[in-house]
Amino acid sequence: MDEPLLSVQNLTTVFDVPGHPVVAVDNVSFEIRKSETLGLVGESGSGKSVTAFSILQLLQHPGRITGGSVLFQGRDLLALPENEVRKIRGAGIGLIFQEPMAALNPVMRVGAQISESLIVHGLANKREARDRAIDLLRAVRIVEPETRVDDYPHQLSGGMRQRVMIAVALACRPPMVIADEPTTALDVTVQAQILELLREMKNTFDVSLLLITHDLGVIAETADRVAVMYAGRIVEQGPVRDIFRKPLHPYTQGLLASIPGEGTGARLRAIEGVVPNLATLPPGCTFAPRCPYRMEVCTTAVPALVDIDPGHSVRCYLHSDRAEARVMTTPVMTV
Amino acid sequence: MALVEVRHLVKHFERGGGFLRAKSVVRAVDDISFSIEAGETYGLVGESGSGKSTTGRCMLRLIEPTSGEMRFRGEDVLSFDRSRLRAARRDMQMVFQDPYSSLNPRMKARDIVEEPLIIHRIGDRAERRDKVAELFRLVGLDPAHLLRYPHEFSGGQRQRIGLARALALNPSFVIADEPVSALDVSIQAQVINLLLDLQERLELTYLFIAHDLRLVRHICRRMSVMYLGKIVESGDSASIFAHPQHPYTRALLSAIPVTDPDAPRQRIELDANLVNRDAPLRELAPGHFAAV
Ligand SMILES: Nc1ncnc2c1ncn2[C@@H]1O[C@H](COP(=O)(O)OP(=O)(O)OP(=O)(O)O)[C@@H](O)[C@H]1O
Ligand SMILES: Nc1ncnc2c1ncn2[C@@H]1O[C@H](COP(=O)(O)OP(=O)(O)O)[C@@H](O)[C@H]1O
Ligand code: SF4
Ligand SMILES: [Mg+2]
Ligand SMILES: [Mg+2]
Repeated sequence: MDEPLLSVQNLTTVFDVPGHPVVAVDNVSFEIRKSETLGLVGESGSGKSVTAFSILQLLQHPGRITGGSVLFQGRDLLALPENEVRKIRGAGIGLIFQEPMAALNPVMRVGAQISESLIVHGLANKREARDRAIDLLRAVRIVEPETRVDDYPHQLSGGMRQRVMIAVALACRPPMVIADEPTTALDVTVQAQILELLREMKNTFDVSLLLITHDLGVIAETADRVAVMYAGRIVEQGPVRDIFRKPLHPYTQGLLASIPGEGTGARLRAIEGVVPNLATLPPGCTFAPRCPYRMEVCTTAVPALVDIDPGHSVRCYLHSDRAEARVMTTPVMTV
Repeated sequence: MALVEVRHLVKHFERGGGFLRAKSVVRAVDDISFSIEAGETYGLVGESGSGKSTTGRCMLRLIEPTSGEMRFRGEDVLSFDRSRLRAARRDMQMVFQDPYSSLNPRMKARDIVEEPLIIHRIGDRAERRDKVAELFRLVGLDPAHLLRYPHEFSGGQRQRIGLARALALNPSFVIADEPVSALDVSIQAQVINLLLDLQERLELTYLFIAHDLRLVRHICRRMSVMYLGKIVESGDSASIFAHPQHPYTRALLSAIPVTDPDAPRQRIELDANLVNRDAPLRELAPGHFAAV
């Protein structure tokens, strides 16, 4: 099998909040191959955005990567000097943010924002960049791109802004795009259009996609493989069919069960309780306080991520026969 | 007789208008009618900007409608004077769309829930405090957290505070405006179940506003679909989901994300040319109306 385009190994990111340091990303590992889409799913606060920001080294203070590696096209981004990383951002890995209004510059015309990275990376002069911007706006299905290119972000609807973000991310034809909740702020019809667009872009530009979302519906339609994150750790990872047909982790099962089905009137199957506070994590399995299958062993140590089927792994004592022997503990935190 | 009857409700907003620029009118709600039976959960769906929240606000006269009727227990709320409206408002409440901005960040949770009781001069201080603690338990909040501020609660908990406040005056009719769309999927289910439990215990009638059709199909027996300020399809939910008649409803239903990776995807794009804005609602099947 060929080399993965992106390989994240044991990535660990800590926020040094005085008094209660927080491990927002704890030994996270995954790989993405050429033209593949990995869906990263988890509820808010589980560490999805911090994972994305860590990969691109866009962490805000007091966040800091304390361990692991991020290999992109064979090079470790964490070991590269900042000017090299800057080249990778945009030209190597495009980023679509959760909140388009916050990510776009409000006082800059959208065309200029799309062309900016082309000019910065020396891929086009000003004249060419404007034409490329118009082509890209057309590619993301913005009507009348020749006039919209001169609009400011506030003149566009939420869905159009998200399309512009996608155009910005694709401007330099990066081999990989990270999309952080690209449709969460949008209503269903616009969401469906944006997902369709992402799939189309993936096919025409042959990009690999890390798609971050809390909605399993978005994942089922778009991803090839899925990683489920809970309280900073990956608790299950596998091919999209395995995750939806035979989910192994009780959290994944709970997420799938809580989606409203076709029946009417009946109670939904909710996951009781709330996500734990990362500053005061329970010992052992972090899902234990909400888990209907909790056993005594579950609160002793963190269960290891073990392979069950080819490419399908899970972090749960229900699936590790000799769990005790394989326990992987959290690394001691250095603050 | 229906508990709630909306007749030819209209709300226009004037926009723009300035130096050398003509005013334009946004027909946010453009002559809509529907009725809700006591004890039912009625769904109102439609894309962003279709006029759902505006409809809800007009029904409670949080904003004044341009014209139309809103009958509650047979009486037209829009004709009420201030004191009658005040009394009627005890019986009709609204839970808002965004749990992050709908609660006053400078008020403690207890004061947020107690405020309607004070406004309506109900009970003395001790009685009110008892009632607030009872409401906290009712919606599944820990009374130990009474003195916390909104930012110290999670999104799901904040939505429960909004619910406790809405229930403080023992209303019989509650408008829930996208009560879960800002919440994580696993927390959404908790809040929906709570709404259903409360409905049974307190005999509540709901207008449930949403754009998540999966939820509406699950909890509403009847519903209306709004498009650009008008109701374009209305009636029995099962029938609408099985045989959508209006092109907009078809596009909306086809946008529901599927959770089966192998399910065939068949997105239907709305062709605006297919929409006849002036078509009246017609009954196409028993209890199923569409403007086609
Ligand atoms: N105060 C106002 N002034 C001017 N226009 C308004 C005002 N309030 C709402 N509108 C307009 O009325 C229309 C309907 O808005 P409304 O908030 O009812 O939509 P909605 O269906 O609830 O949408 P969403 O799903 O995004 O909440 C929109 O075009 C909106 O821009
Ligand atoms: N600037 C920050 N300071 C302290 N902690 C932070 C900061 N940003 C994120 N965190 C922590 O990281 C966790 C994961 O956040 P995030 O990756 O944004 O979650 P999500 O999965 O919703 O994208 C949060 O629960 C929070 O505790
Ligand atoms: S390890 Fe134990 S508590 Fe955690 S998910 Fe598995 S069974 Fe539940
Ligand atoms: Mg995030
Ligand atoms: Mg609304």
